[in-house]
Amino acid sequence: MSDGRASSITQMQSKISISNLDFFYGKAQALFDINLEIPEREIIAFIGPSGCGKSTFLRTLNRMNDTIPIARVDGNVTIDGENIYAPGTDVVALRRKVGMVFQKSNPFPKSIFENVAYGIRINGIHQNKADMQERVEKALRDAALWAEVKDRLNTSAFGLSGGQQQRLCIARALAVQPEVILMDEPASALDPIATQKIEELVVELKKEYTIVIVTHNMQQASRVSDKTAFFMLGKLVEYNATQKMFQNPDEKLTEDYITGRFG
Amino acid sequence: MASLTTSIDRRRRVVNSVMTSLTAICAVFVSVLLLLIIGYIAVQGFSSLSFQFLTDTPKPVGEGGGIGNAIVGSAIMTLLAALIGLPVGIAAGVYLSEYGKNWFGNTVRFIADTLIGIPSIIIGIFIYTLVVLPMGRQSALAGGLALAIIMIPIVARTTEEMIRLVPNSMREGALALGAPQWRVSLNIVLPAAASGIATGAMLSIARVTGETAPLLFTALNSRFYNFYLDQPMSSLTVQIFNYATGPFEVEHAMAWAATLILVATILVINIFVRTVTRKKF
Amino acid sequence: MAQTGAFGDKIFRTVLLIAAASILLIVAAIFYMMVQNSMPSIQQFGIGFLFGREWKPAQSEYGALPFIYGTVVSSVIALIIAVPISLGIAIFLVEQAPKSVARPIAFMVELLAAIPSVVYGLWGIFVLAPFIRVYLGPVLQDYLGWLPLFQGRLTGIGMMTGGIILALMITPIVTAVVRDVLEAVPTTQREAALALGATKWETTTIVLGNAASGIAGAVVLGLGRAIGETMAVTMVIGNSPQISASLFEPANTIASLLAANFAEATDKIYLSALIEIGLVLFLVTFVVNAFAKLLILGVASGTNSAKHV
Repeated sequence: MSDGRASSITQMQSKISISNLDFFYGKAQALFDINLEIPEREIIAFIGPSGCGKSTFLRTLNRMNDTIPIARVDGNVTIDGENIYAPGTDVVALRRKVGMVFQKSNPFPKSIFENVAYGIRINGIHQNKADMQERVEKALRDAALWAEVKDRLNTSAFGLSGGQQQRLCIARALAVQPEVILMDEPASALDPIATQKIEELVVELKKEYTIVIVTHNMQQASRVSDKTAFFMLGKLVEYNATQKMFQNPDEKLTEDYITGRFG
Repeated sequence: MASLTTSIDRRRRVVNSVMTSLTAICAVFVSVLLLLIIGYIAVQGFSSLSFQFLTDTPKPVGEGGGIGNAIVGSAIMTLLAALIGLPVGIAAGVYLSEYGKNWFGNTVRFIADTLIGIPSIIIGIFIYTLVVLPMGRQSALAGGLALAIIMIPIVARTTEEMIRLVPNSMREGALALGAPQWRVSLNIVLPAAASGIATGAMLSIARVTGETAPLLFTALNSRFYNFYLDQPMSSLTVQIFNYATGPFEVEHAMAWAATLILVATILVINIFVRTVTRKKF
Repeated sequence: MAQTGAFGDKIFRTVLLIAAASILLIVAAIFYMMVQNSMPSIQQFGIGFLFGREWKPAQSEYGALPFIYGTVVSSVIALIIAVPISLGIAIFLVEQAPKSVARPIAFMVELLAAIPSVVYGLWGIFVLAPFIRVYLGPVLQDYLGWLPLFQGRLTGIGMMTGGIILALMITPIVTAVVRDVLEAVPTTQREAALALGATKWETTTIVLGNAASGIAGAVVLGLGRAIGETMAVTMVIGNSPQISASLFEPANTIASLLAANFAEATDKIYLSALIEIGLVLFLVTFVVNAFAKLLILGVASGTNSAKHV
C-alpha cells in the first residue's frame, strides 16, 4: 500500500516495527493487517476519522489493551528487535520503556511531587532522597512545568489548570525514563494556548524520545510530526513523510480526508 | 536500558502475588462460611421437621409440639406490616422521585436513610411506649406496626430508585399529550417501574420476616393460635429466640427446624427476586 | 379538562406529600417518646447515669457505662475483623475477579446480609461458641495468655464471641459500599498507573487512594450497624452488666441489654432507665449513620479535588 512496507535495512533501524497486525474485540475485528515502521527519535502522528482504530492501535504498542478481556492481537509488534507479544514478556518493564499520556489528564490524588515520584518509586529507580528530588526536578523541567510549580511541589495536583495537569502527566511519564512516548490526543481537552505549549513541548521531546501521537486535529499533525499515518476503518491507508502527506498524498482517500471531504 | 525479559524487582512480583491471593482467600472464605452456615441449618433442621411440627402449637417439654402458630403469627403480622408499610412507602417513594427535588425532599431522603439505620429494637421500644403502654398489653397490632415502620423507609427509597430509572422521555411524551402530572405518574411511570417496585417490596417483606427485636415486647409471644390483633401473637423469629436460649435440648432441635423454615423462606424470596430481575451486574 | 387535571394533581401531590412527611413524623415521634419516657430516669440520675459502673435494678442503681463499654468494645472487635476482610472481598470483586467468578461470589455475600440476626445468634450459640471454647480460645490463651485480654474463664459465651458474630454480620454491608466506591473510581486512574509500569496490586493501591474517603464511610457505616445489632449479640454475649478486661468474659451491649431485659422491667424507674439507654443508642446511631453518609457521598459526587493521599 504505502511506504510502510519496510526493507530489511529500514527494519533494523526502526525503533518499533509492526507487521501483519490484526486486532479483535471478541469477534469484531478492529485492525486489519497493519504494517508500519517507526524510526527512533521522530514524531509519528496517527490521524483518521473517529472510530478508525488509531487509539486502539496506539494501545497495542504498550499492551494497554491487555486490560480488556475480549481483546485479541495477531501479528507482530517488535520494539528494539524484541516481540512484545511473545509469551513471557515482562509487561511491567515494557510499560516503563513505552510510556503513555492520555486524552484527559489523569493525575493521581497526590501532591505534584508525589505524582511525578510515583513511577520512580514503584520501579525503584532512585538511590536516595536527594536522587529522587533531582529526578523529579528533571522530569518537571523536561515537561516545561518546573518554573510554574517549583514553589508548590507539595500541593495537590488538582490545584493545577488543565494544561498544567497534562504537562504534569507528561512529567510523570518522563520520570521513569522511557524511550518511547505514546500520546493519545493529549491536547484535545485543552484550550489553544495550553495546546500550543503541549505542541512545543512535544517537538522538544523529540530530541530524546520517540513519540507517537494520535490526533484528530490535522493541523496539529502537520505542525508537529515528521511522519503521518492515516487510518480508516481499521486499515492503514497511507504512511508518509508529513510534508508529502499533506501536500501531495499518494492515496485519493487520504487527499479526501485531508481536504475535509468527509469527517 | 534493560531488555524486556529481564525480571522486575522480585519483591514487587511477590507482593503482587501475595496480595492477589489474600483478597481471593477473603472472598472464598466468606463464601464458604455462608455455605457452611446454610448447610448446618439444613442438616440440623431437617431431622426435626414433620407435618406435625409445622402445624402444632408449642407444648410442654417432652410432649412434642410445633411452630404452627408461630408461622401463622409471623404471616399475619408481616401481612399487617405490608398493608400499612407498602402503600405509605411506595407513595413516599413516588413523592421523592416526582416532586422531591427540593429541600423538603432532600430532608425526607436523609431522614429515611437514617431511619433505616436505627436499630429495630428502638422501633420496638417506640411502639411499646406508643401502643402497648396505652393499650395495657402487648398485641399483634403493635408488632405489625413496628414492622411497618421498619418497612416504610426501605420501600420508599427503593421505590424512588426504581422510578428514577424510568426515562424522562416517557414522562415527557405523556405530558406533551396533555395528561396531568398525576395521570402520568399513575398510568405511565408507575407501571413502567412496577417490576422494580415489586422487587423492593418483596425484599422488604423478606427483611421484616426475619426481624425479632421489634416483636420481643410489642407482640410478645403466645402458645396458641391467635387471630385477634389486640392480643399477643407468636412469631417464628421470637419462637426461635426462645427455644434457642432455653435450657432444653428438644427445644434447641425445634429452634433449628424453625430456622430452616425461616431461612428457606427468606432465601427463596431473595434468590427469586435477584435472578428474575438482574440487579447490579 | 385542565381544571380536573390541576385538581387531580393537587390531591395526588398532597397524598404523596403526607406519605413522605410521615417519615419525618415517625422519627420525630420516636425521639419525642423516648425522651419523654426517659425523663424519670434523667431527672433521678442526671448525667452521672452515663458514667455509672453499677447496674443493679434490685437496688435501683443504674449506671450505663458497662453497656456503653460493651457496645464500643464489641464493635471495635467487629471492625478489626470485618474491615480487612471486606476490603479484600471488594478488591477481589472489582479489581481482580473475572465477571464469571465475581457474580456468584457477590451474590453469596449479599445473601449473607439476608440471613436474620436471630439465626446468626442460633448459629453463634451452638457452633461459634463451642468453637471458641474448644479451639480458638485455648490457642489464644496459650500464645497470648499474658495479655489481660485473653485471661479469664473460657465458656465460649462472651465479648469475643459477640464481636466475631458482629464481624460476620457487618461484612456484607461494608463490602457492598466499598465495592460501589471502587467501581466509581474512573478507569483512567488505573490506566495511568499501569502505563507507568505498575503491577496489578500497585494499581489497586492507587484506586484505594482515590476511594479513601468512601472507604472511611463504609467503615463508619459498618460501625453504625455493629452498634445497633441486637439479636445475634444478645444470644452470645452473656447478658452480664460487667466491665472486664478479658474478652472471654460475658458482657452486654446496649442493644443486648434491652433485648434481654426490657420485657421483665417491672418498675417505672427500671423501665425509664432502659429507655434512657435506648435513647443514647438512638442518638449515637443517628449521628454515626449521618456521618457515614456524608463520607460516602463525598466520593460519589467526585469531589476528590482538595485531597491528596
